[in-house]
Amino acid sequence: MQFNWLPVREDFDESLREVKTLSATDTARRLRELATSRLDLTQTSKLDRAFLNALKLHGPLPGLELLRLAILGSATTSHLPPGIRVAGLRRGLAIEIYEAPYGMYYQELNSADSALHTFNPQAILLAIDARHLAASDGATADSALDLLRSCWLKARSTFRCQVIQQTVMPVLPTLMGSNEDRMPSSPAAVLNEINRRLPALAADESVDLLALDRIILDDGLAFWHDPALWLRSKHEVHPRAAALYGEHLARILAAARGRSAKCLVLDLDNTLWSGVIGDDGLEGIVLGQGSEIGEAHLDLQRYALSLTERGVILAVCSKNDEANALAPFTSHPEMILKREHIACFVANWTDKATNLRSIAKQLNIGLDALVFVDDNPAERAIVRQELPTVHVPELSDEPSAFVSTLSAAGYFEALRLTADDRARASQYQANAERDRLKDSATDMDTYLQSLRMTLTAGPFDSLSLQRITQLVNKTNQFNLMTERLTEPEVLARMNDPRWLTLYARLTDRFGDNGLIAVVMARLENSDAIIETWLMSCRVLGRGVEQACLNLIAAAAQSHGAKRLIGQYRPTEKNGMVRGLYTNLGFTRFAEAGGTMRFSLDLHNFAPRPVWMEINLPREALVEQ
Amino acid sequence: MTQQEIYPRLTKIMRDVFDDDNLVVTPELTANDVEGWDSVSHITLVVAIEEAFGIKFKSAELEKMKNVGQLVEQIEKKTAEK
Repeated sequence: MQFNWLPVREDFDESLREVKTLSATDTARRLRELATSRLDLTQTSKLDRAFLNALKLHGPLPGLELLRLAILGSATTSHLPPGIRVAGLRRGLAIEIYEAPYGMYYQELNSADSALHTFNPQAILLAIDARHLAASDGATADSALDLLRSCWLKARSTFRCQVIQQTVMPVLPTLMGSNEDRMPSSPAAVLNEINRRLPALAADESVDLLALDRIILDDGLAFWHDPALWLRSKHEVHPRAAALYGEHLARILAAARGRSAKCLVLDLDNTLWSGVIGDDGLEGIVLGQGSEIGEAHLDLQRYALSLTERGVILAVCSKNDEANALAPFTSHPEMILKREHIACFVANWTDKATNLRSIAKQLNIGLDALVFVDDNPAERAIVRQELPTVHVPELSDEPSAFVSTLSAAGYFEALRLTADDRARASQYQANAERDRLKDSATDMDTYLQSLRMTLTAGPFDSLSLQRITQLVNKTNQFNLMTERLTEPEVLARMNDPRWLTLYARLTDRFGDNGLIAVVMARLENSDAIIETWLMSCRVLGRGVEQACLNLIAAAAQSHGAKRLIGQYRPTEKNGMVRGLYTNLGFTRFAEAGGTMRFSLDLHNFAPRPVWMEINLPREALVEQ
Repeated sequence: MTQQEIYPRLTKIMRDVFDDDNLVVTPELTANDVEGWDSVSHITLVVAIEEAFGIKFKSAELEKMKNVGQLVEQIEKKTAEK
């Protein structure tokens, strides 16, 4: 599965050579494009060198998010950074790497004057090799896990950053065989036990796993590890697998920063079924049991449906007459996907790039949140050229490989699953119904009233902490400051009396939208300074902004604040809230370091009108 | 594969690995003659050659090689065995 979802690029060398002559913006764009092609070992390191040179030449590159990653390892890791940086580029991340000296992971973590502390990482990778953990004298799973846990806690308390633990690569020889675990003292059995217990332990400590033991299954241990290279130079990960290692690591880094894809856009003819519905008709298309090809298409449908259960949105983008395109969804007995599973159904004769733009707009997500699956190489090529940030997996003409390719590409990497994720698909369907109602309602107020909305709000509580942290880290558009926080940081604010916290859930006649708004304000003298305000784009234009302002203003007043201070820091994606504070009646009074500040006098604050019932189950919000 | 066929391919690989488009690869060339040919890039070079030619060196063979000429002889021998 070595990057077979990425397209081969014939003009790699020439395109890379041109980078030197490009502006900073074009350089960033070109590097990202080149990173999104299938590269071998030397191409990866060449691209990485060009990236490092570009940083020297231009400084930070526009359009790439900076991220400081520290690698703490027990063996050789010096071959890993190029693959990690290139995989970062693939996701719009400019990763700066600090590598702890060989084998010094524990010392670096525990000495306050180490270079690691100066570097101040935003993510830490613990890459501890199998022999170090499981094959030393008297090694047990208990002692290995204690050691790892102490590293996590130290990393967390010192840097409050994302901590990533590599699971143990199963490289140790067996003494018994298939039933190795019946000999608990065998190093291979110790290794197995560590890997068995890591997921629960890591979840308890909010540590993210890089599941090396599972990742290696696609290409096999022989590809990932060579005992000769271990003996020669202490490489546990073979250099030829380093780019794949980087890819899987970058997925985790990107997922924590809201950069995983959110929507699977499916072509129809020869993608969801074999044949052309407009020509072959319902009876002519191949779909379903009894034929290998028909079952392969069913497999893709089943996989797409399973993805909706964890929060991925489905869309259709097909060149077809709409009536023809809809027919299988309503009338073909073997179809697993039904019309109601598709949040956005676009079948027309407009070019696909234009249609993908409109799908992203309708769903209120960025183009880089789309994965576009199409069997037609020409369509794929055009979309890649027109919309380089849309993910477009390369597909073979063998439908039975569609699912494995899509799964191996890892576009939808997720770190945790919340109840809101599970309910998202139905929320987007309900949105489509709301939009229809909007078209029929005569004016906005009537429409909003007809939605019969209830906003349930309160200060943060431990039950909601996970979803709040998730929103903080993935919301890009309605996000005033785009400050990312780890769960312990959110928890710290929740328990700090100098902070006002607020979250809100919204229900309406179509269903529960889940937790959709998060506000955090810091009390300072007689000001309440809003450091975080973000909302899910699903509920825009429904007065939730006004309702949140009313609530946070009331909470600030009850804590003696005289002014509410709003702040806005522009990013590439949050242009939609540039005017939020002025629209809500704030006055702009300062701008420093790219952050605009606004104030609202609380003496004569009149709550803004809203068309929803406000439900405050926990009075703590307005408590003195 | 003959030595005449191996040299141009090896030259491309070594130019990529050592980031030097003007590197001239001769049989007498050793690690001391090339800027950046250290123990780390040596591993990369060996792996890049193994991947490109579809061969695998034994540890003992690697330890014996003293210059590019001997490296090319090994590549020639191994590609012939395939």
